[in-house]
Amino acid sequence: MARMVTTRHKVISTAAAWLVGFLIFFPILWMVLASFKTELEAFAIPPSFLFFHWTTENYVTVQERSDYFHHALNSIIIAGGSTLIAMLIAIPAAWSMAFSPTKRTKDVLLWMLSTKMMPPVGVLVPIYLIFRSVGLLDTRTGLIFILCLGNLPIVVWMLFTYFKEIPKDILEAARMDGATIGRELIYVLTPMAVPGLASTLLLNLILAWNEAFWTLNLSTLEAAPLTVFIASYSSPEGLFWAKLSAASTLAIAPILVLGWFSQRQLVRGLTFGAVK
Amino acid sequence: MATQQTQLLARTLLTPAVALLFIWMIVPLALTIYFATLHYNLLDPGSESFVGLENFRYFLTDPAFLASLQNTLVLVGSVLAITIILGVPLALLLDQQVVGLSIVRLMVIAPFFVMPTVSALVWKNLLMHPVSGLFAWIAHLFGLPAIDWFNDAPLFSVILIISWQWLPFATLILLTALQSLDEEQKEAAEMDGASAISTFIYITLPHLARPITVVILIETIFLLTVFAEIFVTTGGGPGLQTTNIAFLIYSQALIQYDVGSASAGGLVAVVLANIVAFFLVRIVGRNLEA
Repeated sequence: MARMVTTRHKVISTAAAWLVGFLIFFPILWMVLASFKTELEAFAIPPSFLFFHWTTENYVTVQERSDYFHHALNSIIIAGGSTLIAMLIAIPAAWSMAFSPTKRTKDVLLWMLSTKMMPPVGVLVPIYLIFRSVGLLDTRTGLIFILCLGNLPIVVWMLFTYFKEIPKDILEAARMDGATIGRELIYVLTPMAVPGLASTLLLNLILAWNEAFWTLNLSTLEAAPLTVFIASYSSPEGLFWAKLSAASTLAIAPILVLGWFSQRQLVRGLTFGAVK
Repeated sequence: MATQQTQLLARTLLTPAVALLFIWMIVPLALTIYFATLHYNLLDPGSESFVGLENFRYFLTDPAFLASLQNTLVLVGSVLAITIILGVPLALLLDQQVVGLSIVRLMVIAPFFVMPTVSALVWKNLLMHPVSGLFAWIAHLFGLPAIDWFNDAPLFSVILIISWQWLPFATLILLTALQSLDEEQKEAAEMDGASAISTFIYITLPHLARPITVVILIETIFLLTVFAEIFVTTGGGPGLQTTNIAFLIYSQALIQYDVGSASAGGLVAVVLANIVAFFLVRIVGRNLEA
């Protein structure tokens, strides 16, 4: 970096950035603090910031009263299952389009993208009725199915942009050496594709974990993931803030950690490669 | 050199994804179109009858539709304006030399990973509650009357929450774009004696034009169908004040069980989204060739 940056400039921008960052992060911090308060303290005015009686009782109550882990398990199964199935369908498709493109490849990709633009509410009625008549309402299978299809275009797109960056010469060399397509896939392509596969997996886990249209509309209790479980705290007034905060902290903690690891892929995945 | 064999293989590998997405797109959409032409209420089974475009006439002339269309536009427009107007300076700030930048960036990006039901409920209760919320206490410190957010400015409250969720997205994309800006170009401008402001206007801003467009289009697609945040905070109320088109269709379908009218509404939503999608697909497609 050849540019001279004065110390004063650096101090000011550091201070400003930390202040703004803290303000944006504050609601999450405040929620985490509230989860360690008693219900009375969580509700108290003036609020106490650090000097309150720290307690973990909310975390215990959330599990005892409402079987938190049942819903957490649902979230894991639904997000994990839908992502894995989407990957299994998308990997061959993306591989094929990246390495044996035809004249229509671009159209196919753009068409896939356009299915993602369909507002879910536009097909809510038929999906709900189909689910009702075949008994998929409030089942994990149904939600896995819907979230898998919903995320499939993003998975294909992300994988495609990663696969396309793998130099083709290497494949040609492997072919010259007499590698079959199967061997080429396992020994040459897979190791080079792992970073792309991992970040696609990560981003789609996050998207599926936080999905809150289909989960709210198609599940109530048995299959309800954490999004729906948290929504049950929306019932009017009541001294539930500390418990709401505890449940929320547990619900977002794992995904926050995953999310922080996948910042860069986020840009790429959500803009379909339009911004890198 | 694609032989016939590899071409066949390529097509076989592509087929499952294409077929699934095709079914996923065509079947529900065809059913929506079909239902939209029926008088069909789940509370009144067996009374289904063909009514032509009656449902569209009903949906489009329903005062609730106009109100929800207006709410949708206000919501999308405001969130876009807020996230971009705040996102550009924020991205510029994070592009400076900042001590501990990686931690600051983590704090800024965090809201995007919070599930919508959590952000909505935490804001509604812990922050915006008119008596015990933190905002009410801050207002009190300054001797101001507390605002009853969800009664006095319900739509604005929803907009505030959603903007908080999407500001990180806009910032992150703009920051990524800024980091790809050629440093030498800026240096050259500085050596030529360009002021910071004119460097910004003539070099940085044009460079940001495309990422800003991308942010606008992608946010619009998600914002057109905001649902969970409204579902858990206001339930569309008071009255229709926070009912957007997505929520209106939901309430017609799953509260009033009016399948016909909800389907007509669903098609209206599809058309609206497609107008935006048309432009986004073009921009992405252009990029695909480059």
